[in-house]
Amino acid sequence: MKIDDKLALNLFHIDKKPHIEINQEICRKCPHKACTYVCPVENYTLNEGEVVFAWEGCLECGTCRIVCDQGSLTWDYPTGGFGIVYRLG
Amino acid sequence: MANENIFDAIIVGAGPAGTTAAFVLAKAGMNVALLERGPSAGSKNVFGGVLYATVLNRLIPNFWEQAPLERHIKGIKIFLISPDNAVSIGVESQAHNNPPFNNSFTVSRAHFDHWYASKAEEAGAMFLTNTLVDDLLKYRDKVIGVKVRGEEGELYADVVIVADGVNSILAEKAGLRKPYARRQVSLGMKEIIELPRSVIEDRFGLSGHEGVELKYIAGDATKGIWGGGNIYTNLESLSLVTWVAVDPMLKAKVKATDLFEQFKEHPFVRNYIKGGETVEYQAHLAPDGGYDATPQYFTDGLMIAGDAARFLNASVHYEGTNFAMASGEAAAKTFLEARRNNDYTAKSLSHYQKLLNESFVMKDLNRYRKMNHFAEKNPEFFGPYFDVITQAAIDFFTVKEMPKRTQEWQMIKDFYKNLRRVSKSRFPLLSFIWKAIKGGISFI
Repeated sequence: MKIDDKLALNLFHIDKKPHIEINQEICRKCPHKACTYVCPVENYTLNEGEVVFAWEGCLECGTCRIVCDQGSLTWDYPTGGFGIVYRLG
Repeated sequence: MANENIFDAIIVGAGPAGTTAAFVLAKAGMNVALLERGPSAGSKNVFGGVLYATVLNRLIPNFWEQAPLERHIKGIKIFLISPDNAVSIGVESQAHNNPPFNNSFTVSRAHFDHWYASKAEEAGAMFLTNTLVDDLLKYRDKVIGVKVRGEEGELYADVVIVADGVNSILAEKAGLRKPYARRQVSLGMKEIIELPRSVIEDRFGLSGHEGVELKYIAGDATKGIWGGGNIYTNLESLSLVTWVAVDPMLKAKVKATDLFEQFKEHPFVRNYIKGGETVEYQAHLAPDGGYDATPQYFTDGLMIAGDAARFLNASVHYEGTNFAMASGEAAAKTFLEARRNNDYTAKSLSHYQKLLNESFVMKDLNRYRKMNHFAEKNPEFFGPYFDVITQAAIDFFTVKEMPKRTQEWQMIKDFYKNLRRVSKSRFPLLSFIWKAIKGGISFI
């Protein structure tokens, strides 16, 4: 099952402002690009060696925040009421 | 109420830890605010799948008569799997079909946490949803309140109880712990898979509200990476979980989402979920190795509880909800004690540490503190060793036209040969036995 199909099942209240931002300059020099392995919704993908980041499907798990040791991420929670809204789990 | 933004205690996070603290304090007549960043309690929460309810049953006796539960867990089946072979052991009891149902239930967190927060509200707590705490307010290094994003602004209290989950930015801001290292966390992924109630009951041998847990320990469930998989039975759905330790996953250079799909499609898994329809996908970090990672759980005017304090039993039991509730209750009791002395300094709140030390929370964290260390030092244990063990079991039961004694000797010889192949030690058998004992002690 593709990740996009899974995320289409979830309810999100998407904020206009992203709660995670990355610094492309730093990502370009990153030796491991660990975020592209760990993100459970594949928000970090590689395109011709560059990290491409999307934040809309974020489940706020926090894994990227831990594995990024390059200082590229500005990680915050979405404003109250926004982001993932689990209905079942 | 003199001032509507001043409370006796503010609790950040309406999960099992925070809501328990709010419930106990509100019951004791305190003026408490329970803050939740989601639109309702449970809307952000992810857990393995079982609510462990010893503390809850003490706070709300016979809660199962009113709480929204799925099934009680009457049994558990543990699997060791390799690509082709599986060995499993099951434990189940008819006694668990009667109250208190072994204090373990599958629940939907969106429903259960919502109900539990409403109990705290009924008891008198002020429950604010859609409320994100951005920072702590301090006066001369003592925490005196929280800064909320948006119009509520600043809220003040004698004590802030931080129960905002594993990522707790507030625990970091309070100076109680550093940001995690990779080796201190696991990533869990979960799908809720709908199936008709009758199919679940036939497939798993259940009736009424009976439920089971299937637990796959590392091995081929996670391609030899320290972690595991689980299937939990809900009333009309299954929860399928894969969790992996983040550091070894990165070292193996595999993608988390690939591991999850491989587990779902594994020959020893896929038949249980066959025909089901995925209706929600979740993921979250879980804290591992809590005992050594958090030096202190309190400071002037603040205590941390639940996952924020890394209270999770990383072992074969893997309990978190009861640790959360026990720590929330201990924090509430500590507050009431501090209030009697009108002293909310770290020295006074150190009573919290004492209560935790006396409870199963710290005793179990201490007992299983070596688990992740063992997993890190002995990666071969969860991959190649599993293959050798399961192969020996299969060889024992393979039907052949030869005397059993000959077959058993062959099995033992093959076991040793396979062990030599995968072991790095000069004494593979001794090393295997030693590691099995060591791993067993740290895990079981």
